Amino acid sequence: MRRLLRGDQITYLITLAAAVSILMIVGLIVTELWQNSQPAVHAFGWRFLQTSKWDPNLGKFGALPFIYGTCVTSFLALLIAIPLGVSSAIFLAELAPPRFSSFLTFLIELLAAVPSVIYGLLGIFVLLPIIREYLVPALRHTLGFLPLFQGAFYGVSLLSAGIILAVMVVPFIISVSREVLLSVPVEQREAALALGATKWETTWQIVLPYASTGIAGSVFLALARALGETMAVTMVIGNTPAIAASLFSPGYSIAAVIANEFAEASGPLYVSSLVFLGLVLFGLTIVINALARIFVLLTSQKGVQS
Amino acid sequence: MASKKNRAAFIVCFAFAATLPLAAQITLTGAGATFPAPVYQKWFSEYQSVGHVQINYQPIGSGGGIRSVTEGTVDFGASDAPLTDAQLQAYKQKHGGHSVLLFPTVLGAAVPSYNLPGVSQTLNFTPEILAGIYLGKIVKWNAPEIARANPGVKLPADDVIVIHRSDGSGTTYCWTDYLSKISPEWKSKVGTNTSVDWPVGLGQKGNDGVAGLLKQQRGAIGYLELIYAVKNHLPYGKVKNASGEFVKADQRSVTAAAAVLKEIPADFRVSITNGTGAGVYPISTFTWLLVPSQWSDQSKKNAMASFLKWAITIGQSRVESLEYAPLPAGVVTKEQKQIAAIN
Repeated sequence: MRRLLRGDQITYLITLAAAVSILMIVGLIVTELWQNSQPAVHAFGWRFLQTSKWDPNLGKFGALPFIYGTCVTSFLALLIAIPLGVSSAIFLAELAPPRFSSFLTFLIELLAAVPSVIYGLLGIFVLLPIIREYLVPALRHTLGFLPLFQGAFYGVSLLSAGIILAVMVVPFIISVSREVLLSVPVEQREAALALGATKWETTWQIVLPYASTGIAGSVFLALARALGETMAVTMVIGNTPAIAASLFSPGYSIAAVIANEFAEASGPLYVSSLVFLGLVLFGLTIVINALARIFVLLTSQKGVQS
Repeated sequence: MASKKNRAAFIVCFAFAATLPLAAQITLTGAGATFPAPVYQKWFSEYQSVGHVQINYQPIGSGGGIRSVTEGTVDFGASDAPLTDAQLQAYKQKHGGHSVLLFPTVLGAAVPSYNLPGVSQTLNFTPEILAGIYLGKIVKWNAPEIARANPGVKLPADDVIVIHRSDGSGTTYCWTDYLSKISPEWKSKVGTNTSVDWPVGLGQKGNDGVAGLLKQQRGAIGYLELIYAVKNHLPYGKVKNASGEFVKADQRSVTAAAAVLKEIPADFRVSITNGTGAGVYPISTFTWLLVPSQWSDQSKKNAMASFLKWAITIGQSRVESLEYAPLPAGVVTKEQKQIAAIN
């Protein structure tokens, strides 16, 4: 009995230490970012978030185009990846033969392990030509009246970055969502089927709402990856700090500009502006995640009521 | 129990073995520019057997090199851009009035590369064309300025799609330094730096990023580091130098850009872009090692000084196989004097 207690205490302490260390790492990141961004914070303050000039020569730094690019590409990525990922997960968990399903899942999990620079290269050499030859003309033809799909297209663009990000985050959504769907108790399904529901009705009205929190979790994971993705994005986004309505025009993301310019940045204001951008990305991730959680909370409550 | 003992014994042996070579050899650490990193690595590995000095070099970028040497976290730095007055001053403040010395090591160049499927001839670029394109004023390949410099070439009516580096880079410094010299408008609007606020164009990361987009975007133009363009067999144009001659970049024309310098400043902070003289490629630049003038460790100081001597003499014969341009003789003589100033 005493031994068991000691064992429990040791486990408690070890796991506590692990949890606290995570907290400390986050704390350390925030303090470091905060301290090193002070020169830029003092020089620009809130204007940093509202201006769009990024000129190292004049010492003028504004984060708006980067924030815009980060949000637009991540949003676009989720817009494509959520329906694609969730439907694949439904197929794999509910409809596919088990052996085929586990084989496909294995492949999908492999996709999640592909280094992002490989996705970037695929983006430049495979995806861009396809987008240029087929997708862009098609979009122009059908939705060309929207400002989103107007203007010249040079391959590298917000659209390309969004699509590459979607390809990159979809394995996360599929893999996690499939697990969550599989963990829905069989009794739930059987009960629905016994009441005369079709397979589709069971999936849509019983299984999905039951699994919605977990699926939302997979989307948060995907969103986090999309917001912070650097290498693949910088290879296809065009790296131009501008805000344009069209998805065909080049843009820039926060993670990409930090990766691009930090190594060669000289002068305290320049460096601290880049660190400030890191802080902004940190804040942005928290805000977007919070918004997404609130959205999920609201919609899932509705789901229960109906 | 036995396996634990074995493991402990192994760790002790391993730790002991690891300290041996370190104790016998002097170690120098450096960090900085990526462009000369291949030749530096070659030098350092060869010099290890000659001078019994182990030199570790981390290619973290010129800005990082300047920061590291100023902070004193490395023994020496490296940069593709000469230090500004403010950076020299910052170093002096940190190091009790002692300065950091700049040693040119090799030369590099930036070349205009393009993707025009119908054009087989090597295109000629004048300063007006390059400034016009990068300021966003020349937007078609059949613009009269380009046509005038390229008689007999059938230029397409394609849009000019400008590509530039998105990462901070010494190549960008060289390119914008050249544009600042030949175009007053560029100088006042954009200026010279490792990253600038580009009036037009698409940014791509690294030489490989620029080349990747160049290859598949018809009508694109971008600048590449000469070595990268040569090694990857990418087409690039000739550039008109200040003497009015169209010159293609190669080792000879790049070295010539430094050899024609009449006066090299004592601190070697000199831009050699837009040079005058026969066979001079105008978008050339030095790259520098940044070496503290005052060392507390005399054995390290001696090692650094002898390495520098070796690098600017014997080391120069190794650079051409890697496609770098060697230093002209005049610069080498002058640098040898500066090596004596390291204390």
